[in-house]
Amino acid sequence: MSPARRLLGYVLKYRRDFLIGLGCVVMTTAVTLVSPLVLRYAIDDLTTGVTRGKLAGYGALLLAIGLVGGLFRFLMRRVLMGASRYIEYDLRNDFFAHLERLPLSYFQSHRTGDLMSRATNDLNAVRMMIGPSVMYSANTGLTFVIALALMLSIDVRLTLLALVPLPFVSLSVKYFGSEIHKRFEEIQAQLSDMSAVTQETLAGVRVVRAYRQEAAELQRFRRSNEQYVERNRRLIALQGFFFPSMSFFLGLAALLVLWMGSREVIAGRITIGQFVAFNAYLTLLSWPMIAFGWVTNMLQRGMASWKRMLEVLDAEPAISDTVRLKPDTTTVRPSGVTVSDVVSGFSRISPIRGEIEFRDLVFAYNGTPVLNHVSARIEAGQRVAIVGVTGSGKSTLISLVARLYDPPPGTVFIDGVDVREMPLAVLRGAIGFVPQEPFLFSDTIADNVAFGLDAITHDPDRHQRILSASAIARLDKDVAGFPKGYDTMVGERGITLSGGQKQRAAIARAVAIDPRILILDDALSAVDTYTEEEILERLAGVMRGRTSIVVSHRISTVCEADQIFVLDQGRIAERGTHDQLIRHDGLYAELHRKQLLEEELAAS
Amino acid sequence: MTNIHDDEIIGKAYDARLMRRLLQYLRPYSRQVGLALVAIVVGGAAQLAQPYLFKVAIDRYIANGQLAGLENLAALYLGIVAVAFAAEYAQTWLLQLTGQRIMFDLPMAIYGHLQRLDVRYYDRNPVGRLMTRVTSDVDVLNDLFTSGVVSVIGDVFLLVGIMVVMIGMNWRLALVAFAVLPLIALIAQWFRRNVRDSYRVVRGWIARINAFLQENITGMSTVQLFRREGLNFTRFAEIDARHRDANIESIFYYATFYPAIEAVGALASALIIWYGGGSVLAGTLTLGALVAFLQYSQRFFRPISDMSEKFNILQSAMASSERIFKLLDEPVTIAPPARPVARPEGATGHIAFDHVWFAYNAAPVARSVRLQPDPGLESGTPDYVLRDVSFEVKPGERVGIVGATGAGKTTLINLLLRFYDVTGGRITIDGVDVRRLDLAELRGLFGLVLQDVYLFSGTIGENIRLGNQAMDEGRVRRAAEAVHADGFIERLPPGYEAAVAERGSTLSVGQKQLLSFARALASDPRVLMLDEATSSVDTETELLVRDALRVLMAGRTTIAIAHRLSTIQDMDKILVLHKGRLRESGTHQELLAQRGIYFKLFELQYKGETRTENLELKT
Repeated sequence: MSPARRLLGYVLKYRRDFLIGLGCVVMTTAVTLVSPLVLRYAIDDLTTGVTRGKLAGYGALLLAIGLVGGLFRFLMRRVLMGASRYIEYDLRNDFFAHLERLPLSYFQSHRTGDLMSRATNDLNAVRMMIGPSVMYSANTGLTFVIALALMLSIDVRLTLLALVPLPFVSLSVKYFGSEIHKRFEEIQAQLSDMSAVTQETLAGVRVVRAYRQEAAELQRFRRSNEQYVERNRRLIALQGFFFPSMSFFLGLAALLVLWMGSREVIAGRITIGQFVAFNAYLTLLSWPMIAFGWVTNMLQRGMASWKRMLEVLDAEPAISDTVRLKPDTTTVRPSGVTVSDVVSGFSRISPIRGEIEFRDLVFAYNGTPVLNHVSARIEAGQRVAIVGVTGSGKSTLISLVARLYDPPPGTVFIDGVDVREMPLAVLRGAIGFVPQEPFLFSDTIADNVAFGLDAITHDPDRHQRILSASAIARLDKDVAGFPKGYDTMVGERGITLSGGQKQRAAIARAVAIDPRILILDDALSAVDTYTEEEILERLAGVMRGRTSIVVSHRISTVCEADQIFVLDQGRIAERGTHDQLIRHDGLYAELHRKQLLEEELAAS
Repeated sequence: MTNIHDDEIIGKAYDARLMRRLLQYLRPYSRQVGLALVAIVVGGAAQLAQPYLFKVAIDRYIANGQLAGLENLAALYLGIVAVAFAAEYAQTWLLQLTGQRIMFDLPMAIYGHLQRLDVRYYDRNPVGRLMTRVTSDVDVLNDLFTSGVVSVIGDVFLLVGIMVVMIGMNWRLALVAFAVLPLIALIAQWFRRNVRDSYRVVRGWIARINAFLQENITGMSTVQLFRREGLNFTRFAEIDARHRDANIESIFYYATFYPAIEAVGALASALIIWYGGGSVLAGTLTLGALVAFLQYSQRFFRPISDMSEKFNILQSAMASSERIFKLLDEPVTIAPPARPVARPEGATGHIAFDHVWFAYNAAPVARSVRLQPDPGLESGTPDYVLRDVSFEVKPGERVGIVGATGAGKTTLINLLLRFYDVTGGRITIDGVDVRRLDLAELRGLFGLVLQDVYLFSGTIGENIRLGNQAMDEGRVRRAAEAVHADGFIERLPPGYEAAVAERGSTLSVGQKQLLSFARALASDPRVLMLDEATSSVDTETELLVRDALRVLMAGRTTIAIAHRLSTIQDMDKILVLHKGRLRESGTHQELLAQRGIYFKLFELQYKGETRTENLELKT
């Protein structure tokens, strides 16, 4: 489907408004075009003699035209602009909903600032194309046709003469239009780049300061800004010529009317009143001519921006639900708003037990092999640990369980079902995931802990569950020290919390959803040993009978696991219990020895 | 979500003040502006002449049925059209280019100021909102310079010119036509007030949309993992709907305004026909003058509705500039002192904390209340994170800082680097209060490795080198090798030229750690500061890193914060922070002998390592 047709889909939803709005356009244009006629009769009457009363009548008529035309003009703007705002709303919502369906890899390859710019700046250009430009083009097109007809009825020869310069107006619109469009696209792209640079610097303010990078960042911004200004100048160079040349051609038309029209009056072919009316029509025509250029501009900007938005909207949600839900329950919008309702039905049918299996899993990221023929089986309720050096593929392996990346078909199974065949909501609803770098939202602590809880239902025990999850993660003692307790706002990205507090909030968040499978991706690294001990003990209590996967570097954290996998360059190099692995005397045993050595050194 | 955005609550309008300040940016370009004004005047005069020529045509030629000389009039008209073209072109060209220069200067000023503003400011203001300042608000101002202000100046000139010509032709009829002016003033006043208010509200919602988008895009994987797509969508749709409704409300004002102006224009035409027609009948006005009057009155209302159209832009620009100036006016409390004190000759970096108190929510006394405090961040009583902390770090000394989470360890670094200023007491380096040192010199002393490694988009090499262009390739490589980051870097296809995705999202935490080590090492600091830097690196990597650190720390003061006691045991001195107070200090052995907090921490960690046996007994 062509970009324009896809946009039309959004527009047609409000076709009633557009019909009413266009009706108002017709009315206001028709009424406005009557007033030169009134002028014509008034002027002609003046040359032949008229009563003051009749003059007052003409005046009243003009006023009435102004009022009625104004009423329709009011309705026209209200209805059409209002509709465009509704379409903007729909588009932005769909845009956001689509972002929510895009996989992690998409956000790794696209800059936040750039995506934001499409959701705001570009969308605004699209909105302008739908609202103002539809309104103005309808208005001006209609004015053009009617005014032209009326002019022809006055004097065909004069009309044809006055029209001679007008094709030049259209030609210059055509020539400049495409060039302006190209240059505008360059500007938008640059604005997007500028946003991205800004976003990055502002978000990393501490590092910038600590390394005194202020000047270097300013320089980076300057380069982007210089480009932006340069591209604006290139646009201006064209526009500066475009608009004056239009009024020049229009001026020429007026000149012809003045010159030839006067001759026609003197020759008695038209009256002075007709001459005045003719001139008034020409003035009314000049606006459509200028607006025509303006509207083409808006259309071109709008289409450029719409294509940029489509780039995002067309990005495959690489990880999508392949599950066919029963047709009678599929009231699911693409946005996934109602997915949870549908899915709660699904999960009742088949609750996840928590058995995980990797079958000859091979996975590469951006062409770099990360996992190499990994096969493993984790029974439901087992406690599993994964160790391995940096870059051995630990994080990737567990990310695949939650389908943050899509594994190849037939490689990752939960309860014997390929994770790709499982509705995402069911899969993720069963998993409590604590990432390496926790991301908190600028909400209250309670909202952050209940993050996954609130996603599904309004739990009557919400508060209780927040408290117990926070207790398990040992967040409770920190919260007790906050002035507003659980209602304390977490700064943007939780910046007012320490690294350890963030990690523990993320653990509480994962525990709060009561997951069948808990995954900790080195999630205790910033937590001190005493607290870690407490957390692990409490977790052991709640996770009894549930599956847990813990990635860690510390032997102390992993040694009690039912199964330990040692990853090395994307392969499972060793597997077994702590004791088995120690007896095996391989990588794990060496790791253990090193850590023991550390402790010995420490104790000495 | 619930805190009030300052975008919505800006107080009174000070158009004149804002305009004056905006115009200051024009000052360096006064010559261009002067020329542009000349062009505007010439162009305006050319426009004014056109209806008058119609009057002449009617009165002199048509009324008398005289054809001779009509060609001259046409030639004059042609000349005027040509002049109008030239003037209009010159005017747009000059003013728009000047506008572009300003559009370069202003973002640079904003960006430069953002680079100086306190870290505290960033705690209060989400990045999304700040971005609105640098991009959207500036873009709005761009509109002002490229179209708004230009046409307003031209329009004002045209209005005055038309009034003068009308009075000159027939002052009675002119006064009758001007009778509608009070009506226009009323309508414009009503419009102005309402549009300004509603525009504010709209901008506020745009800022919220930006903040929400920014947060959700950055944290999208968390959103997806916790199946929050539905709920977050609902929240987004809510904000979006409020934004839409605010916009629709503002449409009402526009929709009313234009027709109202047009109706008043019709009233003026009616008055001219009625009164002017009477004058024609009475012989006190020529027919040509009447026609010219009608044309002038039409041209009279066009600039007014044009100006109001630009008023839209002007309004936006005022609101944007108000916010931009507010940001520019945001005082920088942590700034290099006017007369920085130099550290004594040959000073080697003696650091001392002298009865330091600090609370994140206690603004330094000198600051006046300006912004709505973030409810989560600030409260009535200062929440002290550091309480009366005193210690010193001698040059070359290696100091470890331990303590439970939230004990105030990271705060020490924040204060030392002057991300924040102390609430009480003082911090000195070589006897000089850090607040009296040059800020760049101060920060240049330190090499910082933070818990959250922040990478910039660019290459791996650029991330090690940062802005230091002078740093050669060899130094970058040596730094990477020293911290054993060369292994994974060289495995990447383009090596040091490999691009880092936004915030390094394609690298593992461990790899990012190593990179930040290389970065710190390459900057060759006097004092090395490690904030739990090794906590995320696996044991194997950590052993390598510790090896590298030994080299790095040689002859360098080191301050290391670590949760794992093993990483700091061989430090010269260990400081134990507890609930904001410095409770113990000494070497590892001394502290163990004290059998205090450190001993407890150590015992716990040791116990942790041998937990296996305990648990095996339990199960």
